[in-house]
Amino acid sequence: MSGFDFLTTRLETALGWGRKFSLFHYPFITACCGMEYMSAACAHFDIDRFGAGLTRFSPRQADLLLVVGTVTHKLAPVLKTVYDQMLEPKWVIAFGACAVSGGIYQNYAVVQGIDRIIPVDVYIPGCPPRPETVLDGLMKLQDRIQHQKQDWRWGKKP
Amino acid sequence: MGKEALIEDIRTKLGRAVEAVSDSFGDTVLTVRSDSLRSALAGLRERPFDYAVLLDITCVDFAAGEGRFELVYHLYSLSRNVRLRLKTSVPASDPAAASASGLWKNAGWLEREVFDMFGVRFPGHPDLKRILTYEGFEGHPLRKSYPWRLAQPRIPLKDKL
Repeated sequence: MSGFDFLTTRLETALGWGRKFSLFHYPFITACCGMEYMSAACAHFDIDRFGAGLTRFSPRQADLLLVVGTVTHKLAPVLKTVYDQMLEPKWVIAFGACAVSGGIYQNYAVVQGIDRIIPVDVYIPGCPPRPETVLDGLMKLQDRIQHQKQDWRWGKKP
Repeated sequence: MGKEALIEDIRTKLGRAVEAVSDSFGDTVLTVRSDSLRSALAGLRERPFDYAVLLDITCVDFAAGEGRFELVYHLYSLSRNVRLRLKTSVPASDPAAASASGLWKNAGWLEREVFDMFGVRFPGHPDLKRILTYEGFEGHPLRKSYPWRLAQPRIPLKDKL
């Protein structure tokens, strides 16, 4: 910072910048999409480059919920509980066709999209999605976090 | 023990219980009467047949006009390295078959799965209750009479936009 003695910004911009590059994510992995999550998370594609490298295995410490894979009606209350345990501000990514819409499963067992249980910020399609798609989704979420009004979720969501 | 000799021995041992014998991709398929299912399984469990492993129990719902369920038992003999498929038909109005849980311990869970999915009762089972679906689930989802795509949510779901 030689040559600069001060920096001006807005509180919202600074908060958004800080939040989008320090996403602690909780992987809620139920199915084969988990393999693509591992691929995206490990060294080859490396979501750590985007500041989302710190996986937390307790939803209480996470602010990004990655729902990876098929969610059944049997599992629906568990997903709801996990989401409710997370502290604000929190975001949700639906990872893969099953989490987005139920995917190839339309039967007695599978929930037709996790947005019927919890609010979703970014949908990543694909069966399974390529790691590039995952990174694209992550960048879209970062963009959203950067530009969102502070405390928007307190006001909007129950 | 050759294949023909094996079938002959099984016929001798099980007697009138055997309704038909056929072949499926090299494996013997045995059709037995449902009232002598338990004795047939017990006979096959013992030497010389020695089907020590119960690989799977499944069920087929023949909905169209037949009014029957077909139970399918997959057996495997470790000592002879051969498989056997055993089938038996039960009426769809009141499907029931004697439990095999006294012969193979894993039959307990397999029969619970068939009960859960098809509603077939197994008299003699120590604790016949649902294994895959959740508490409060009504009906048996793999029956042809179960409404197509009928879900039974445990929590209130939002409607799609």
